[in-house]
Amino acid sequence: MADILAVIETRAGTVRKGAAELLSAARRLADASGGKVDALVCVNGQVSGADVLGPSGADNVLTASHESFANYCPDGITATVASLAAKYRAILVSATATGKDLAPRIAARISAACAMDVTAIDVSGEAIRVVRPVYAGKAVQTVQLAGTSTVIVMRPGAYAAAANGRAGTAASVPVPPFVRRLEVTGIRTSDKGALDVAEARVVISGGRGLGDPRHFALLDDLAAAFGGEAAVGASRAVVDAGWAEHGAQVGQTGKTVSPELYIAVGISGAIQHLAGMRTAKVIVAINRDKDAPIFKVADYGIVGDLFEVVPALTAAVKAAKAH
Amino acid sequence: MKIAVCLRRVPDTTTKIVIGSTGTSIDESGVKFVPNPYDEYAIEAALALKEKAGAGETVVVALGSDVVQETMRTALAMGVDRGVHLQGTPSVDGLENARVLAEHLRNGGYDVVLFGKLAVDDYGQQTGAMVAELLELPCATAISKLELADGRASVEREVEGGVEQATCALPAVFTCDKGLNNPRLPSLKGIMAAKKKPLEVVPVAPQAGATTVVALALPPERAAGRIVGEGAAAVPALMQLLTTEAKAI
Repeated sequence: MADILAVIETRAGTVRKGAAELLSAARRLADASGGKVDALVCVNGQVSGADVLGPSGADNVLTASHESFANYCPDGITATVASLAAKYRAILVSATATGKDLAPRIAARISAACAMDVTAIDVSGEAIRVVRPVYAGKAVQTVQLAGTSTVIVMRPGAYAAAANGRAGTAASVPVPPFVRRLEVTGIRTSDKGALDVAEARVVISGGRGLGDPRHFALLDDLAAAFGGEAAVGASRAVVDAGWAEHGAQVGQTGKTVSPELYIAVGISGAIQHLAGMRTAKVIVAINRDKDAPIFKVADYGIVGDLFEVVPALTAAVKAAKAH
Repeated sequence: MKIAVCLRRVPDTTTKIVIGSTGTSIDESGVKFVPNPYDEYAIEAALALKEKAGAGETVVVALGSDVVQETMRTALAMGVDRGVHLQGTPSVDGLENARVLAEHLRNGGYDVVLFGKLAVDDYGQQTGAMVAELLELPCATAISKLELADGRASVEREVEGGVEQATCALPAVFTCDKGLNNPRLPSLKGIMAAKKKPLEVVPVAPQAGATTVVALALPPERAAGRIVGEGAAAVPALMQLLTTEAKAI
């Protein structure tokens, strides 16, 4: 009997997307040994969006409310999770910016191992094994996690959200006394819209082939044609040249993305870039050079002038979406 | 202002990964090792903080076998004042390494302890926050902005869809992201000076911990793709494939 705690990320009192995926992973672990899954929500007062948790696999939904939880409060959440941890074989956290910040704090507090960016979980008997990409996805590591408790940070999309209908019985849990060492004062939302390359269903990335930072507008237009489900990324070369924000960088010293559709525009495909996007479901490459390495990983390639191809593709996507 | 930077030695990011004979680690033969790229932002931040304060000391701390000293010399060449080599074999368990680092840093009198946000080999992304937790210090991870005033730090860190802002008192631990600064290159003078800078060796013995690497493998190759066509004329064919075959649109 091994129970699992899933720490649900919230922002501004709302459950963030990814909760259902995390619960799918939690169910996989719990069901292997007939255990239950508890979802923990840390908020200030009311939470919205928690109704998804039961149907996605949570037997119980534990709410910890504290006035410090209006913004992300790592010290308070760590204390709350630590106070509950002894009951659980594993604590699951989503591998978002917030989850990656939180998980090691919890692990250190409860003296547990922490496995980051996990893409698969395997349970056999008492042992938990996880699979995680290392060397920016150029290799895959299988790790065994011993101990009475362990912290597992699940990469978004590792397990698809599924109907795992459970009761999601609501209960409140106390927040133990804690010292608020870090005070998060707020989030400044980016002017480019809320979608991050790590979370978008479609990622359109530009490289040096664009020739000029202004030409990123072509990619913005293509992204817009996808109607709010696409984000614009960039290769390291253009980020280093100051053409794009570092938050948009895809690759070994940037983000690793696994979108449904990745469109590489004017990107030759350096090994560091390929490492960051090779797990995309479908890869399209548009490049003038037919020998560019990007075509080796692309499912579909168009050899040609991006200044002609991209606007034509934008028009075609717009037309397809209009139907 | 006393600042510690914790440094890792990693394979150069252009390295083609070959799995070693044990099947649990890479074949290091012929691999060029460099300072972890994110640690360079930490080094630059340390140097800039000391320069702004007008006085203080910067110390590079690295856990590893003797080869890590070469990497530490790069930090010294960039301008860090001295080094502490925690001589021992790092664990594959992040918490055990954090314990060794925390034990050394605990009584060091540091105002600021800096890490890179992750090391581009194991992608563990945990040591810095764990060290902070063990030392009961404030911590902000993956920061892209750092300002100190009146014994407090203001930081920014990128989150999905925005930039999170936070403050804390010093001493504190920060892990550094790209965008924080532009790391300086070692000057020739710096490289010469680095050879004479003090580098203290402290033997340590990290425990094995709860993590065991069972296997390391190359990821599955992607199936070979195809060139759909040339120029804008190929767009209709591409759209056809994306909507019917790949079902991506």
